[in-house]
Amino acid sequence: MLPKKITDSELSIVLIFSAVVLTMPIWLAPIGAGYPDLLQKFAIFGLFAIGYNILFGMTGYLSFGHAAFLGVGSYAAVWSFKLLTMNVLPAVVFGVLFSGLFAFLIGYVSLRRSGIYFSILTLAFAQMSYNLAYSVLTPITNGETGLQLTNHDPRIIDTMLLDQAPEGLPSTVLFGVKMSGYPGFYFCALILILGFFIALRISRSPFGLVLKGIKSNQTRMKFTGFNTRPYMITAFVISGMYAGLAGSLMAVTDPLAGAERMQWTASGEVVLMTILGGVGTLIGPVLGAGLIKYFENIFSAFNDKALHELFAFLPDGLENFVVTVVSPFVGEGWHLTLGVLFMIIIIFLPGGIIQGMEKINNRFFKRSSSAKSGSNES
Amino acid sequence: MSLDNTVLHIADVHKSFGGLHALSDIDLSVKEGTTHAIIGPNGAGKSTLLNVCIGRLIPDRGAVIFDGEELTGKSPHEINQAGVARVFQTPEIFTELNVLDNVIVPILSKRDGSYRFNPMKSLKQRRGAYDEAMHLIEDVGLNPKDMSGSLSRGDKRRLELAMCLSQHPRLLLLDEPTAGMSRHDTNSTIDLLKKIKERGMTKVVIEHDMHVVFSLADRISVLAEGRIIADGTPEEVKNSAVVQEAYLGG
Ligand SMILES: Nc1ncnc2c1ncn2[C@@H]1O[C@H](COP(=O)(O)OP(=O)(O)OP(=O)(O)O)[C@@H](O)[C@H]1O
Ligand SMILES: [Mg+2]
Repeated sequence: MLPKKITDSELSIVLIFSAVVLTMPIWLAPIGAGYPDLLQKFAIFGLFAIGYNILFGMTGYLSFGHAAFLGVGSYAAVWSFKLLTMNVLPAVVFGVLFSGLFAFLIGYVSLRRSGIYFSILTLAFAQMSYNLAYSVLTPITNGETGLQLTNHDPRIIDTMLLDQAPEGLPSTVLFGVKMSGYPGFYFCALILILGFFIALRISRSPFGLVLKGIKSNQTRMKFTGFNTRPYMITAFVISGMYAGLAGSLMAVTDPLAGAERMQWTASGEVVLMTILGGVGTLIGPVLGAGLIKYFENIFSAFNDKALHELFAFLPDGLENFVVTVVSPFVGEGWHLTLGVLFMIIIIFLPGGIIQGMEKINNRFFKRSSSAKSGSNES
Repeated sequence: MSLDNTVLHIADVHKSFGGLHALSDIDLSVKEGTTHAIIGPNGAGKSTLLNVCIGRLIPDRGAVIFDGEELTGKSPHEINQAGVARVFQTPEIFTELNVLDNVIVPILSKRDGSYRFNPMKSLKQRRGAYDEAMHLIEDVGLNPKDMSGSLSRGDKRRLELAMCLSQHPRLLLLDEPTAGMSRHDTNSTIDLLKKIKERGMTKVVIEHDMHVVFSLADRISVLAEGRIIADGTPEEVKNSAVVQEAYLGG
């Protein structure tokens, strides 16, 4: 899409990516997505998908349990707010550390198998975590209510530094700046850019090439002298840490954590995001995440009344008919739209949106198509 | 290393699959720097013998000793790190990667060992690996930018050979390295293998093409129904009555 010189230089890729991400409030405004809540979600789920792609895209191992790490990251962050301080940096660090530890345990066991058995093991572990969060672990997770801030939280560091306790529930801060609204978005956006940069480096490192080798032919890797298991565990832990980071950012922008974040549908969602955008590409998962979150927010906001207003220009009979046909696809039913979109992509563009863009690019700018054979970054 | 320069010693190896004795009483010694050919009819157990050497199969009995060290029971990556590389009968390459990356991967294993965590290093900084890979790819006559999955069978085999050579193994095992190649490519592969021999690499070659066998081999073992029925210099084997009857077909 871009001249090869630009796509080759890490600095220019990161600069372009940063420019696009940081100006999202401007260029997403016309399509009704330029408000902080949604922008934060774009950044957070973009990060989740980038990390997921380090496992699924680079090694080909399909995990169905990554939402568990998202949940662990959220719980760790909220506990950091409750026990230590409302500053978001420790919360993010704890989110990453705990999810990394948790990912190591789950990865260590699940990676004894590959293919479908690996996927099922990760799914089983994630569902176990989900159920434990509602039962045995309620002292940590606060069960169905979810983990929230209260007025009696110790917040050791904050109480040491401040003399008088603040009125009501405090908000999350980064050195005095409240992490809600736009500041919250920009904080998430900076972390997304950092996460993107790290993923870019990984994909161009010897370590990344080994992961791609494992995806392509694990047998060959073993007979070429690679101990593939520790490589797989490392990739699993890294992507688990990205998920934990995303989970902690959810808590940063809205300081509560619930077990529903760990449910299998949430794990499935990140798989959809990655495939929709383009597995194994760097930017694809971010696009997929943005698209799905956009659909969720815009389409699920429609109700029958809004539809009637939208189609009011049609004659009455036709208006009612159109509304009846369209209404299952919006509001509660937006998953149906997502499903249809997903099927279309899988059938016609198994390489996701990125593949679609490449096809268009090749059709209209044919001469550049030979320059990029063999590269799977876009 | 043992006194008589034996680098590979296969001692009394047995392997059966159910009731099928794929290998029985195999005893074989390969001397440092020589090329040892293994010939025999289809299903004789030739590939099985190599599988036992590289840890893909564990023998029911007996041992494989490489450079004085027992390989039996070690995992495939340890055996490779010890200096044994193999070209498979059906090419095992990274079909989703281009030719260049296919050769860089084994170079990384040789340099960094069986595990190295270096996610922030750039591949591009490893000029040495890059130059070496380009050199080898030129040797086998391939284009570094090509996707390896779309190569012809013969080219895949040559790529796999380049991948193995890039590791400078002490022992190279080749399972029908010229199958599927044109006469011209076969001859250039023979030349390449002769060149390696000058560098002192020990090779075990399984081959059906007698032209290749007699061009390369210092010694030949003939395998039939899992047993070595003859063993000697190319001349001895060519003239052996047992072999004429069992394999060369007169
Ligand atoms: N993993 C396995 N499981 C069961 N049987 C096997 C296995 N590998 C090989 N065999 C059997 O062992 C016998 C020897 O096979 P092998 O592949 O070693 O023969 P080969 O000499 O390499 O033949 P070819 O010239 O056809 O490659 C065959 O009968 C084969 O079917
Ligand atoms: Mg064979």
